[in-house]
Amino acid sequence: MSDNVPNDLLYTEDHEWARQEGNLVTVGITQFAVDQLGDVTQVDLPNEGEVLKRHEVLGSVESVKAVSDVYAPVSGKVVKVNSPLQDSPEYVNEEPYDGGWMAQIELSSPDEIKGLMSSAAYEEFLKDHEG
Amino acid sequence: MNAATTTEPRTTPLCQAHRKLGAKMIDFGGWLMPVNYPSGILDEHKATRTAVGVFDVCHMGEVHFRGARAAEAVQRLVTNSVGKLYDGRAMYTVACNPKGGIVDDLIVYRVKPDHLLIVVNAANIAKDYGHFVEQVGTWCEIRNASDETGLISFQGPQAQACLAPLTRAPLATLKPFHFFPEVEVAGRPAWIARTGYTGEDGFEIFCAARDAEPLWQAMLDACAGVGGKPVGLGARDTLRLEARLSLYGNDLNDETTPLEAGLGWVVKFDAGDFIGRAALLRQRDAGLPRKLAGFVMLGRGIARHGYPIHDPSTRAKVGEVTSGTVGPTVGKNIGLGYVPAPLYRAGARLLVDCRGKHIEAEVVEGPFYRH
Repeated sequence: MSDNVPNDLLYTEDHEWARQEGNLVTVGITQFAVDQLGDVTQVDLPNEGEVLKRHEVLGSVESVKAVSDVYAPVSGKVVKVNSPLQDSPEYVNEEPYDGGWMAQIELSSPDEIKGLMSSAAYEEFLKDHEG
Repeated sequence: MNAATTTEPRTTPLCQAHRKLGAKMIDFGGWLMPVNYPSGILDEHKATRTAVGVFDVCHMGEVHFRGARAAEAVQRLVTNSVGKLYDGRAMYTVACNPKGGIVDDLIVYRVKPDHLLIVVNAANIAKDYGHFVEQVGTWCEIRNASDETGLISFQGPQAQACLAPLTRAPLATLKPFHFFPEVEVAGRPAWIARTGYTGEDGFEIFCAARDAEPLWQAMLDACAGVGGKPVGLGARDTLRLEARLSLYGNDLNDETTPLEAGLGWVVKFDAGDFIGRAALLRQRDAGLPRKLAGFVMLGRGIARHGYPIHDPSTRAKVGEVTSGTVGPTVGKNIGLGYVPAPLYRAGARLLVDCRGKHIEAEVVEGPFYRH
């Protein structure tokens, strides 16, 4: 399980992951989310410069069988998006925690980080939700 | 896609086999079925287009009509011409209600002059059987053999080469929409039909439900060497939609007529006095208000069942997407939806409302993919 839930990341109940480096937070979707979706065929990203509130739609990930919104785990300005995903959405399947990142947000309310789950908490959350 | 059921979904005889293969299982129209195996929908789709895909379709229904009036009874039910069938010949058709709406889409197999088999959609077994008995139950014996019959589909360009070692039946002589009753596959009694739902050449193997598991295994083994693999409902949907084959419950239902659905070729008004004939004649003469159009997405976006379709010139909503997906082989996002007759022409533009974004689409004629 630990491969699927890296312990240096933070998580949401909507299966986003967040990596904090100073006031920058990189966002993607977790291996669990990817496994649920299957082959990803389209990723919609926010615009750079867009300001998002926590829980607002940041983008969406669409697979052959379903479409799923991705929510901003924290509030702030989108400073960078992973534009190669537009042409290579499969990166989300292949390396969800690496080449599959979606956007980088400049934190506007640093306290919001505390509202995210640790890897241990997220693993517990998955156990409860996988039945 | 079909009405949700509150009871436990039913299982096919291959349920354990799917679990052993690591399939993701979902409730589909009241049946617990594999949506995909670990290699994923795109890989399963490709395997079927390039080698062989093996599909569990045991959930489909088999209804046998036997007796001197069997053919007459079937003709009363279906729109295509039963009189053109001969022993070993099958045909695609629909059964209609008196208003011309589609009760189900079907394949009719003539085994003997006094024995016909109708294969029906899984979610419609109870509805269809009830309709058949109500309409023509006194004309001949009608038996629902769905529970005791297994059905495995073996589709792809390598299907004949891979199936041949498992049977003495002369597959090379079997033409599309023909079948061999009472042959053997892998040492088990079976029927072999050259039919399918993928746009590829292929076979459907009928067997006793108790033989389904060993036959499934033998068929997987027979195609593994060329890259054949089990295929779930996910790729079944992308394959059939690329071939522009309709799915009951999405593209067809009790309210849509075969003429609107582009299935006019299975409506033979001179075949006999089938149910719905008068209504369909009236609709043909009055002109069709809407037709099922195929479209390719021009912008980024995947059309999904239920997304609104708008007329670009008026911006008004004029219809809904009935099926939509990624077309992995055609390399385009594709879909079907009912549109007003004026928009039903090759090259016409539509706007598909993909979750609030209006994405342009172009109407195309014919299948998106041909093998």
